[in-house]
Amino acid sequence: MPVFRFEIETHPDLTRGHSPGEAKREMLPQVDARGAALGRRLQAHLGLQATDIRSRSVYLCALEDVTQGEAADILRALVDPVLEHGTVGMLPDQPDGADAPEVVEIGLRPGVTDSVGRSVLRAAEDCLGRSLTGTVYTATIYRVWGLSREQLSSAAAKLLYNPLIETLQIHDLPRRLSLTVPRAGQSQVPPVATVPVRGMDDEALLQLSQRGMLALNLHEMKAIAAHFAGLGRDPTDAELECLAQTWSEHCKHKIFASPIFYTDPAGNTRVIKRGLFRTHIRGATEAIAEVRTAQGVDPEDAPFLVSVFHDNAGVVRLSEADHLVYKVETHNSPSALDPYGGAMTGIVGVNRDSLGTGLGADLLTNVWGYCLGPPDHDQPLPPGLMHPSRIREGVHAGVIDGGNQSGIPYSRGFELFDTRYLGKPLVYCGTVAVMPVQSAGQPTHEKRTKVGDRVVMLGGRIGKDGIHGATFSSVELDEDSPVQAVQIGDPITQKMMADFLLEARDRGLYSGITDNGAGGLSSSVGEMAEATGGAHIDLAKAPLKYPGLAPWEILISEAQERMSVAVPPEHLEAFMALARAREVEATDLGCFTDSGRFVVDYGQTRVVDLTLEFLHNGVPLGELQAVWQPPTRALTNPEQVASASSANALVDELRTLLTSHNFASHEQLARHYDHEVKGLSVVKPLIGVHRDIPSTATVMRVRHHRHEGVVLAEGIHPHYSDIDTYAMATAAVDEGVRRVLCAGARLDRLSALDNFCWPDPIVSAKNPDGAHKLAQLVRACEGLRDACETYGAPLISGKDSMKNDAYLGGVKISIPPTLLISVMGQMPDVRKALELAPLCVGDDIYVVGETRDELGASQWARLHGWELDSVPRTDLVPCMSRYRAFVRARDAGRVRSAHVTSRGGLAVAFAHMAMASGLQLEIDVDGSRGQLSPGAWLFSESTGRFVMTAGQEHRDGLRRHLGAHGLIRVGSVVAGPGGLSLQTNAGTSMLTSEQLRTWFHAREEGRHAN
Amino acid sequence: MQTEANTQQQVHHALGIDSTRARDVRVLVMTGYGLNCEAETRAGFEMAGAQVCERHVSEVISAGRQAFTGFEIVACIGGFSFGDHIASGRVYANRLRGQLGDSLATFVDDGGLVIGICNGFQTLVKLGLLPGVGRKGPKLAPQTVSLAHNERLGYRNSWVRLRFATQSPCQWTRHLAGELLEMPSRHGEGKLVWGPEVGSAIEAGQLVPVRYVDHNNQPTESWPANPNGSPAGAAGLCDPSGRVFGIMPHPEAYIYPEAHPDWQRQRATGSLPSYGLGLRVLAGGVRAAYSG
Repeated sequence: MPVFRFEIETHPDLTRGHSPGEAKREMLPQVDARGAALGRRLQAHLGLQATDIRSRSVYLCALEDVTQGEAADILRALVDPVLEHGTVGMLPDQPDGADAPEVVEIGLRPGVTDSVGRSVLRAAEDCLGRSLTGTVYTATIYRVWGLSREQLSSAAAKLLYNPLIETLQIHDLPRRLSLTVPRAGQSQVPPVATVPVRGMDDEALLQLSQRGMLALNLHEMKAIAAHFAGLGRDPTDAELECLAQTWSEHCKHKIFASPIFYTDPAGNTRVIKRGLFRTHIRGATEAIAEVRTAQGVDPEDAPFLVSVFHDNAGVVRLSEADHLVYKVETHNSPSALDPYGGAMTGIVGVNRDSLGTGLGADLLTNVWGYCLGPPDHDQPLPPGLMHPSRIREGVHAGVIDGGNQSGIPYSRGFELFDTRYLGKPLVYCGTVAVMPVQSAGQPTHEKRTKVGDRVVMLGGRIGKDGIHGATFSSVELDEDSPVQAVQIGDPITQKMMADFLLEARDRGLYSGITDNGAGGLSSSVGEMAEATGGAHIDLAKAPLKYPGLAPWEILISEAQERMSVAVPPEHLEAFMALARAREVEATDLGCFTDSGRFVVDYGQTRVVDLTLEFLHNGVPLGELQAVWQPPTRALTNPEQVASASSANALVDELRTLLTSHNFASHEQLARHYDHEVKGLSVVKPLIGVHRDIPSTATVMRVRHHRHEGVVLAEGIHPHYSDIDTYAMATAAVDEGVRRVLCAGARLDRLSALDNFCWPDPIVSAKNPDGAHKLAQLVRACEGLRDACETYGAPLISGKDSMKNDAYLGGVKISIPPTLLISVMGQMPDVRKALELAPLCVGDDIYVVGETRDELGASQWARLHGWELDSVPRTDLVPCMSRYRAFVRARDAGRVRSAHVTSRGGLAVAFAHMAMASGLQLEIDVDGSRGQLSPGAWLFSESTGRFVMTAGQEHRDGLRRHLGAHGLIRVGSVVAGPGGLSLQTNAGTSMLTSEQLRTWFHAREEGRHAN
Repeated sequence: MQTEANTQQQVHHALGIDSTRARDVRVLVMTGYGLNCEAETRAGFEMAGAQVCERHVSEVISAGRQAFTGFEIVACIGGFSFGDHIASGRVYANRLRGQLGDSLATFVDDGGLVIGICNGFQTLVKLGLLPGVGRKGPKLAPQTVSLAHNERLGYRNSWVRLRFATQSPCQWTRHLAGELLEMPSRHGEGKLVWGPEVGSAIEAGQLVPVRYVDHNNQPTESWPANPNGSPAGAAGLCDPSGRVFGIMPHPEAYIYPEAHPDWQRQRATGSLPSYGLGLRVLAGGVRAAYSG
């Protein structure tokens, strides 16, 4: 097959610039923005100062039956005639009279998804007017002046490329024409192997599990051996892999399903027989559903909870026309290996979860949140870890590209930094979708797959990417972590598939759908088979990216952008025709049966024949041990705290807080994410006069021409876990709920999602304190349940990631137990929404809810390195009655702006309000703090509190509504230069808005440039 | 529902729309291939009183020479056509040029109106419809202008201030002459680049109907008021007929008053408009369509 090499770059006439005398307004020197960006990264991360960098796109077209003349035509179709020039072959590397540059070429490794290459192929086909056989491979060349080869070589792995997915070459000049392409695959298909598990002893079984990346324990391996002994045969490699995927912690949530023996500090043991999920998570939701029924909250034929726990995402009722769908996922392990690709597959993956719920939902908005090592970490890193600033950069870029290219705005975004996230970053991605109550005349939330329906795979092709993703995420990260686990997203393929699916849904062309995520076809078809009681597919029909995949690899590949769909035979033709018209690849792989078996062939060869019973219910659950011991450590001398708590210290303390990573603005990063596509945003992620303050909660319309809105917020307090995970969990729920209430959410339409990220809670030689971490998990679940039940916020979906430890170079780094609670509220009319910014001079400023001396694990205490034990405790019942009263006052129109206290307590809340308003906030600290020190009042993170402003005419009304709920008037909004004035007996500390903003933005690159 | 209808009447009145005549204006919104602003573009034109037909590009292409028959307005919407791989709008524009080029040129020459927003603008430029200087029907012209990467590399979503030219043939914006509007800018490739001859023709023809302005309302090349570094703050282009208009920022993203970042302050001070002001741009096209 001939290979043509295209090189395209910004036209040098444009980049050269002009001397001032001859410069014309219309001919501004055109910057090579991509080259300039690399220059900035080299400077920022490594302190390397290149004098010039020029980038160049390389397309290697390996296309059958394309002539030299046609290649020239294709090139012309690709080159921008105004901006660029290009050639078939090579462009010159050294301009006349200039020094020789270093020439670096970065390409992709064989088999890595190359979505730009696919688009070039499409453009080539359009240009020649016929379909083409072959592949286009892309690469990038950078010509660098002012850096030595040694400097570039050392920068290479740190910054220029990721060896797991990319290749890098530094060329000798003159460069020779290279037509080598990273062709993947092999001509021979590896045969199906039988694995002789029946004869294996314990050690051999464990070795098989470890070597094969199966992540199964001895009990599970023995259960498999026994099962096949009963069948009188050994399993195939594909059967073993299929079981490993389906039984993985990632898919089966064994830690949440197993019985737990919990021992308290007094030595009393109780048993949680039905496991944490059924007892506490589903238990909470069922209890709430019962209360709603008993109290007649919902009309009988229109329950609030439409579909929870059994589908890809939770579904709740919004209006007579629409339901809301919500799912939040984590993609931690892939993001540790390849931050960009891992995070991108995180966001497009969770999009597919919401898309694949019921018969499909319209994607509305994304959320993201990252727990990362500090970006300025300056200690040596264990081998195998990327620097947190590079992880941060890649993770943001991946979710930005994934979300933007899919046309989905984001609503919520947060970053939280702690050195314990160095080993594994936590990458949360979530998606809210809107589901029409009916589509094609049927309820949309139910799948209706029938025996005989076809199994159709849709979207991207299958490669080796993402093999063992599900099992990999179920073990700790180490030097041997598999490179195949890295997947690269291709948002455009998915966007086209999603558009197609919604069209097909509205025409009623399919009866069931699910995402091909973890475990690939083995999981998606294996799960869908439960609807009818069986499925039979042929892997030889599956479209591959390249030849030579073993059948087991096809079965479990996690190659992205794929969905599995059940299509009734009478609609198959129409379904396939629509797919062709929309350029979405669809393949009929087999059919759903009622045989009770999951049967997989590869042509004439039987590859898998497992009963659904064994596949889904055969996993043996162990009994787990949890032992709770409250932390014992030396507490900080109270005098130390007292000296920082005095009135004189407040300004310095607030500055330290606002300039620290966990409070610093991330506005510039966040602006790379689209937050307004769809035109429905009401309260945006960043608000205020300078549009840089994170909003308390976001509000978005749900459909055009209507006024119902979805209100989103979250709570996450991993640091409280250091003292007590029960308090951590209640604080997380409380904050999420309080936030959405501030913005205007109804109290009777709350729902919540739980995402547990935990250090390994199973005792082993490598993990001696597993029983303690499991006890922390039990306590967190108890707190979660208590809070959700009291607040009437059912858990509608969740996810757990239970092995967030890294063992590298003899060092173990474990994350703190982390629970993200995402709360989704609803409001009937978004025009009533509230924000945190005070709006009117003369308004009163109130705090509602008691502030207590609860500085333990607060951000303030952590910055000082104080060990204190008074972690915020949430009194759930009084909080709930306070929230009812607040909502009544709010809905009566007595509240002008509302905000929560969170990390950093009242001090940070006031600072945000001042910066957002541009007005002056006068706070009477001494008149408000009661017995507390000024520092404790301002920095304590007591939960359950609101900070709000209201017109003076509402003083009496508010006292009536909220007087019994800890309402204190703490100050007022006055005319003035804008800022925050903290009044104490020792005098007034005045912080101008500009001063606050300087601190807040101190860590942002380029904020004040230009 | 009566109230809703009354509200709509009031909005039309404020927009200068004759509801009866607007009802006959049919807008084609082309979708698919990674474009993604169809819902708000549709809703915006509906609020401006027109009838909207959303149609996948592949269906439009199948219709061949009849593709644009029966429409007064064609909307090329925002999004990431084919992922913006290679360059924004490149693959999409090539496909339209190859499959629909003549029909599109004829549609414009026969009096049709075209708006390109963001990716749609990038596409119209690559189709040679903008600025379209010297284009002789019924063919498309070669591309003479481009939209390059923002000088600060990367996508950016932020509200910008725009001022509309007092003198411009643009039919979409002539009722906005000299006025200021704010709306979101959301792109990574929005810097207009052209050669000297084309630049002179653009200047002579007054084909830049809208510019980014700073807090003194003066055209600016400085970030962040100008998000991409476009020369003299150029934020859009029209063709000499004034019927084809391209704009980088998104008027269709400001179709509700609550989309504005300061809407709560506006509500508190009684200055919240009764409709999203981005509708004024879309309404300009609808008015031009029924006024002929």
